Parts: sequence; structure tokens; C-alpha cells
Amino acid sequence: MKRFIGFVTKEFYHIFRDKRTMFILFGMPIAQIMLFGFAITNEINNVNIAILDQSKDSETQKIINKISASKYFIINDAISSENQIENVFQKGKVKAVLVFETDFIKNLQTHKQAKVQVITDATDPNMANTIANYVNAILQNYTQEINKNNKPSHLIQTQTQLYYNPELKSVFNFVPGVMTIILMLVSAMMTSISITREKELGTMEVLLVSPIKPFQVIVGKVFPYIFLSIINATIILLLGFFVFKMPIEGNLLLLAFESVLFIITALSLGILISTVSNSQQTAMMLSLMGLMLPVIILSGFIFPISSMPMPLQIISNIVPAKWFIIIIKAILLKGATISVIWKETLILVGMTTFFLAVSIKKYKIRLE
Amino acid sequence: MTKEKIITVQNLIKQFGNFTAVNNISFEVYKGEIFGFLGANGAGKTTAMKMLIGISKPTSGAALVAGFDVKTNTEMVKRSIGYMSQKFSMYDDLTLKENITFFGGIYGLSRSQIKEKTARLVAELGLEDTIDKLVGSLPLGWKQKLSFSVALLHEPKIVFLDEPTGGVDPITRRQFWEMIYAEANKGTTIFVTTHYMDEAEYCDRVSIMVEGSIEALDTPKNLKAKYNVDSMNDVFLKLARNVE
Repeated sequence: MKRFIGFVTKEFYHIFRDKRTMFILFGMPIAQIMLFGFAITNEINNVNIAILDQSKDSETQKIINKISASKYFIINDAISSENQIENVFQKGKVKAVLVFETDFIKNLQTHKQAKVQVITDATDPNMANTIANYVNAILQNYTQEINKNNKPSHLIQTQTQLYYNPELKSVFNFVPGVMTIILMLVSAMMTSISITREKELGTMEVLLVSPIKPFQVIVGKVFPYIFLSIINATIILLLGFFVFKMPIEGNLLLLAFESVLFIITALSLGILISTVSNSQQTAMMLSLMGLMLPVIILSGFIFPISSMPMPLQIISNIVPAKWFIIIIKAILLKGATISVIWKETLILVGMTTFFLAVSIKKYKIRLE
Repeated sequence: MTKEKIITVQNLIKQFGNFTAVNNISFEVYKGEIFGFLGANGAGKTTAMKMLIGISKPTSGAALVAGFDVKTNTEMVKRSIGYMSQKFSMYDDLTLKENITFFGGIYGLSRSQIKEKTARLVAELGLEDTIDKLVGSLPLGWKQKLSFSVALLHEPKIVFLDEPTGGVDPITRRQFWEMIYAEANKGTTIFVTTHYMDEAEYCDRVSIMVEGSIEALDTPKNLKAKYNVDSMNDVFLKLARNVE
């Protein structure tokens, strides 16, 4: 035990004296969560649009008022002919143009039907899509209002309710995602680098010649990172909770348990990487290419897995981060209990056992 | 003078697949002697030494180090030996004191023992100013001498030095060998690999490995007489040519 404490103390000296390590450990989580939380967002706010009102009646005015009253759009241009549409897009002044047909009010009253055209600048496809949806929603809302008085016959009304994230806040998606990335990065990359560093410096050999057992060396090296990863996870959750009002519906203990489980999964991957690489650079490349990219691309954090081609969907199953994101979203947003996420939990446990078994085997071969 | 055997090696073989790195070597090392383990790069001396310090398993044969079998009693072997590799055995980002505390700790020294050792080392080597400095900031020669001292912290019976003077200037090498002599005089056995043939002259006995086998083993004086040459360098060259 005393040996173990001595070993861990030494490991903390390494960590605290290396500015790069400290930055990755503590600067990055905060920077990432702030970036994702504030800058990178799927929501739209204050989007500039232009109006081409070819009818100019009381109804179109009502709709325009409704749109400009929302926080999503700013009407910054009124144009008078269709030729100008191309022009305003090219200047980049607006992201969308709303076109009201001529005789809008007349059509509405006589034919019970009037047309609005929404033209969006799809150089940014996501943005264009979102804008179209938002405009649609406002128009639907308007239609419902006028229908209250008119009592239309036979009309199917859809009522959409958004469970767990009614305002569609993207930060609810980013907090779990960033937490997963950071835990993977800190746990897997940092441990694999710190183990290979000892190999590179030749100190690993000295440790192996000493009476301390290889197993103790690994545990001693990994332990500080478990501790730091837990601190990191806590920082991210606190930031999410207090700064971005991210709900934490589920049980905190379960959350802690699942996070530690994922940390251990990542650590075992880090150990595995360190057994196959002999230099810090190899370890870093392997971690970045082999872990970070799958976490970002195949975990469902940014790109939805269900819309991927079949082969990628299958591959995504071997990415541990995918399962952790499912687990953590379920706990944070839906208040899930272990009875709902036991399958995902077992998968993580299985993966961890597998990685550790392979590492031990590889490690033994090296010693022969 | 009765010679107490401290390392006994019998028919030791190490194979990697079809390649035989160490081919059936047998020798003995006596207590308190400086034993030079020579050979060109790739001759198998590092592999042989790795088996003796318990980090590589022999394919066949037997070796007793400090009375313990390297195959079955690795733990006790490791407790009885010190080791210093050609790379520096200390952490650059730790101070000298922290290094001593750490390595003392993994060899199971108590806190008071470590304190006492540190104090003695400071006094002997005049380290008052250096003890709290990061090891990375010390000159190369110093690091080497300190690595040696750290390898001796737990008072091992045998110290294995793997090319300890690689890349250091002649003066520091000379000083380093004085430290080795001083330690051998205290009764510690020194097992040193090197490919500097002038250093071979400093050893009590040397063995010369060529392509996995020990081709010669005797005192430097006898070897020079046997091959009728003036220096160990010539002895080595003759042996190497014979094999070709």
C-alpha cells in the first residue's frame, strides 16, 4: 500500500508539472463545453430574412408582424420584385426570402387557401432546413388562430409534443457528447501516452527490474487518471447544469456509477494502446485516429446513427462511446433507471473486460 | 582466497522463434568482483542480462542469482539486485529528492531509511544545492553518477550496469569507474556490459560474447597473454575475426 501511494504521488508530480497535460486535463473540457454550448448550435436566432409582399393586405401584415415578433427572425429587407431575390442572396444579406402571392387575402377568403413561398439559401443545408421548419411552424400557428373563428370542416390537425427537450436545445445534446469525448481523451489518450513515455525513457525497464509487479505499475499509472476524469466529468456536468440549465433528471449515484464505468472502459483502451505502441507519438496517433474520430463520427453525438448507411451502423456498435451516450442521455434527460439501461451497461462491462484481457495477454507476451 | 559464487549460469539458452540469441552459455561470477560482460551490438549480451535480472524467461538452462533461481524465484532475485540501464534511470521532471524517495519506496525502504540514505548521499557527494533541483536540469555526467547511487539505495548484493557510460566524456567515465571500484571494495558484485574495450581493462574478469556464445572468459591480463596482444581491443578483434 505504501508503495502504491509512493507510485501515485510520483504520477501526480508528472501530471502537475507538465503544462500540456494540465491544459488537456482542465483547459480543454471547459473550452469545449463553452464552444459547443455557445457557438456551435443547431438553434437559430436573429436570422435575417427579406419579405416580398405582392399583396400588401391586412393578413400578410399580420403574418409579417408575427414573424418579426419572434426572436428567430429579423426582417431586414423588403423587396418589390422577384428579380431582386437572387440579388439579396448573393449579397449574403439574408438567409431566406418570404414571398406572399398576389391577392393573398382574397384567395384566403374565397378559396380558403393562400400561398406563401419560403425560399432559403441552402449553401448551408442544415440552416436552410431549420429556417424552413421555423417559418412553417409560425404559419401553422397562424392558420390555427384564424381557424378558431372559421370552424373549418374536416381538417387533420397534428399536435407535436417534444418530450425531454421541448425547446430543442442543442446544448442538451452537446453536454453528454462533450463529456464522452473528454472522458475518452483524458482516460485513453493520456494514460496510453503516460505509459509509453516510461517505455521511451527507459524507466519502464527499471520499474520492471524492481520488485514492484507489472500489475501494480499499471494500476499506479492509471489511478490518477481515474481520479482526474471524475473531476472532469463533474466540472462538465456542473457547467451544463448551472450555465446551460441542462436538466439532471436521473439518480446521481447511477450517473456516477455509469461515468466511472465508462472511464474504466476508456482506461482499458488506453492500456491496450500502450501495449502495442512503443513511442508516445504512436500512442497519440493511435488514440486520435482510433478513438477520437470514431467517438466524434460514429457515436451518434453529431451525426444520427439511424440515418447512416448499414455498414456504418453495424460498425458503430463497437464504439464504446455510442453506448455511453445512450446511457447518459437516458439518465440526464429521461431520468432513466438501471432497469432501462442495463443492456447498454452490460455491453460496456463486456467491452472493458475484453480490452483488459487482451492487454494482459499482450503485456505477458512482451515480457517473455 | 575462497571465492564465493554469487551468480551461476548453466547452459542458458534463449530463442526467439528460429533465432537463437543466447546459445548455451555457462559461467560463474564471484562475490565482490567486477565482471565485464562484453560483446558487439547484437551479440546477445543484453538478452543474457535480461534473463539474469528476471525480465526475460530463459528458453532452457538454469541461472542462480544471489542464490535464487531466475525462473522460479524472480521476486527474490529482483530484491537482491540493483539495475542501471544505458538510458537514464531517473525521472527528469522530478527533483533528485523525489526520485530518491520514489525509488527507495518501490524497493520497500521505510521513510526513516530513505531520509537517512538521502542525508548520507547529500553529504558524500556534496549535493546540498542539487537535492531540490529537477533532475532534468542536471548535467549528463551528474545524472549518471546519481543513477548509480539510486541503483544502490537498497544495498543490493549485485548491481547490473547495462552500458552505463554510453555517450559520456572520458573524464566522467573515469570518475564513474572510481565509483564502481569504491562500491566493489565494499563487497558489492558489479556486473557490467560495455563495448568500450578500454573499460574492459578495469574489470577483474571479462567474458566476451560473439554471436550468442561466450568465446572467452578470463582476467584481462590472461586474455592478452593467451592471444599475444597488448590490449583488450585486439583480443576482441581476434575473437570476432575467428568467428567470421
